Amino acid sequence: MWRSLIPIAVFAVLVWFFNRGLGMDPRIIPSPLIGKPAPEFSLPVLGDRSRQVAMADYRGQVVMVNVWGSWCSGCRAEHQTLLAIAATGEVPIIGLNWKDEDRDAEKWLHDLGNPYQVNLVDVEGRTAINFGVYGAPETFLIDKQGNIIHKFTGPIYWQAWTEELLPLVRQAKEAT
Amino acid sequence: MIPELGQFALIVALILSVVQGVVPLVGAQTGNRAWVRLAWPAVSGQAVFVFLSFACLVWSFLQNDFSVAYVANNSNSALPTLYRVSATWGAHEGSMLLWVVMLAFWGVAVAARSKHLPEMFAARVIAVLGLISFGFMLFTLMTSNPFDRLIPAAFDGRDLNPLLQDPALAIHPPMLYMGYVGFAVAFSFAIAAMLEGKMDAAWSRWARPWTTIAWVFLTLGIALGSWWAYYELGWGGWWFWDPVENASFMPWLAGTALIHSLAVTEKRGLFKSWTLLLAISAFSLSLLGTFLVRSGVLVSVHAFATDPERGRFILAFLVTVIGGALALYAWRAPLLKSDEGFGKVSKETFLLANNVLLIIALLVVLLGTLFPLFMDAMGGGKYSVGPQYFAAVFVIPTIPLVLLMGFGMHSIWRRDNFSRIARRLRVPMAAAIVLGVALPWMLYGRPSVMTAIGFTAGLWVIGTALFDPVGGLLDKSRKVRVTRGTWGMIVAHFGIGIFILGVTATESYSIHRDQALRIGESIEVSGYKVTFESLKPATGPNFTATEASFVITRNGEHVVSLNPQKRTYRVQRNPMTEAGIDGSLARDLYVALGEPLGGEAWSMRFQYKPLVRLIWLGCIFMGLGGLIAISDKRYRVVVKKENKASGREALAGGTS
Repeated sequence: MWRSLIPIAVFAVLVWFFNRGLGMDPRIIPSPLIGKPAPEFSLPVLGDRSRQVAMADYRGQVVMVNVWGSWCSGCRAEHQTLLAIAATGEVPIIGLNWKDEDRDAEKWLHDLGNPYQVNLVDVEGRTAINFGVYGAPETFLIDKQGNIIHKFTGPIYWQAWTEELLPLVRQAKEAT
Repeated sequence: MIPELGQFALIVALILSVVQGVVPLVGAQTGNRAWVRLAWPAVSGQAVFVFLSFACLVWSFLQNDFSVAYVANNSNSALPTLYRVSATWGAHEGSMLLWVVMLAFWGVAVAARSKHLPEMFAARVIAVLGLISFGFMLFTLMTSNPFDRLIPAAFDGRDLNPLLQDPALAIHPPMLYMGYVGFAVAFSFAIAAMLEGKMDAAWSRWARPWTTIAWVFLTLGIALGSWWAYYELGWGGWWFWDPVENASFMPWLAGTALIHSLAVTEKRGLFKSWTLLLAISAFSLSLLGTFLVRSGVLVSVHAFATDPERGRFILAFLVTVIGGALALYAWRAPLLKSDEGFGKVSKETFLLANNVLLIIALLVVLLGTLFPLFMDAMGGGKYSVGPQYFAAVFVIPTIPLVLLMGFGMHSIWRRDNFSRIARRLRVPMAAAIVLGVALPWMLYGRPSVMTAIGFTAGLWVIGTALFDPVGGLLDKSRKVRVTRGTWGMIVAHFGIGIFILGVTATESYSIHRDQALRIGESIEVSGYKVTFESLKPATGPNFTATEASFVITRNGEHVVSLNPQKRTYRVQRNPMTEAGIDGSLARDLYVALGEPLGGEAWSMRFQYKPLVRLIWLGCIFMGLGGLIAISDKRYRVVVKKENKASGREALAGGTS
């Protein structure tokens, strides 16, 4: 009799795992760059290619670097949230416009609103590679010393901002 | 208006599926004939409304109705008409609707052929199908409604994923779903048998053609997907052991085991509870695949919008359907006794070995697929299981499987002895070993143990499959009547042999070179000289491309010109690789463009793939075998009393 119970027992164990798995995102991979200095870069500015901005320009400030592209659907999903974050004025958002056409990116910002303090053009994607980006959108928090303190993979949503990112931003701003 | 009609039709179908799922079931339990007779109008009504709903979605795509969010996300006014139709099932919402359509189709098919079945039994089968339909339609309407409006409407759509803009991928999902969903029929047969508490030879005879046809669709669907991946992804591989591929392969393995176990249950009345468990498993694994793919618990190259909300719903559905079925199994299976035994060496033993080995293979795939999830859930960190694991472990059960296959085909029921079979098969055995070692050596050089095993195994299966038909041709005096069922078995096993040869040669003797080339330069690969001739822009309806021209020569003689493209689709912007392939049975030559490296140089990949076409050709033979098997006339005979035909033996020792 009990032999015929084996299949359902096995299934119950599987269900337990699946249920736990639902609460986790397999895409979140801890970045080896956490705690390390953010990669140096000097990139042209979107809309004014003659201007260059470097990572070093932000020493002494806490900044959020957001990797995006107009081709990326996840970026569209997080755009409203980014606008809301920008409106709080807690942290400047630097856009890293990744593998995109300037024209498309500008149209995007024009149509959907611009949460970024500045947007840097990374056409070939080299800076993104140095950041260890493997898909947009990804967002990095960088402290006053220029170290990466946090990486957020995928579209940011409001709760993630208030519960995960904002406390880190405040903490980093208070540190000297 | 049309999208609202579609949604309304789906809601009506949902209500009818409740009728279909509940009334005949209650009628059958209580013996209420009038209620039982409601099964047919309910299932056909449900199907009509499901088809109507689906037609509305196709219509919205054809009309470029970008006020429908799903259409706006997955189509574009420049998209060719064929792909506008196939875009209907190009993403999550529409593919769920396609799933429901298939289920309705199978429901009607079973009902239409239910004259063969006792009325109460047919009512139960149709009711179970109705309950499954209900779950899927509820899921579609609640979490994945393809008819949701987009306000304001988009000016133009965001286009179908360029990877899916391909003829093979247009028909791959319908084929695959016909297979997945087709196993719902075997599942419903199993539930109905457990509810009745009765399972006899007639039951197996009814279940067999339904199982086989679902398996045929699944086989061809998987083969199409593999073929597509080969020429469209630009890597030249034919199988990647990606979770989504595994999700389709696991039901296939369970279905294959089920087909063989059903043979024993029909002919000998053995393995009854095991057959039931396999019938439950084949469909459960189809559902499990859906869960894995759509819930986002695993990382896959297949881009389905994942959403934990949907995941919770499917998990709840899974628990209801599979959990319910297994609970019923736990309660009823002990009642099913097999009273006959069988000899240590007999067809029964071989089929048992077949089942055990197939299930081991299934567990190997399941474990590899779910391992990252297991580790993550237990806090063990992030893992990914690569193709190396699967390639290394999968052959452990499958090598004995194919070796035993040859003996199994020629064994007889009840009692046999091994030396009789071995003596009978000494010619194909010797030929397989000699040719298996010699052929790869002569054709490709570089022999190894694995290629010798692979070739021997493939030739052994081919030789033993063709042994009787060829013997019959050579010796006219041996009049053997071969049933269609046996013919089907022969053709399908022949397909397995062809497939094994293809896999072995491709995996062992493929050559690939990645190299940067400028226009005018050439490389030499295994006797072929590949020259990069020119580069020119090209345009399609919704993409622009860079098209290269390669001329391939061998010993100074022109072989072929290939024109691979690197495409950029206007809306979605991601680059796509269209490989240039020169195909023949003996070998494929494959050129894919990589990235521009500045100047006139491009990185490119050249591949030489011997016998790679046999992989898909083998699958076609397997499918063909299945079709021949179900055309056997004993499935068409209307059975008056269910126990009349039990225990009758097939001629020529066929398993089918």
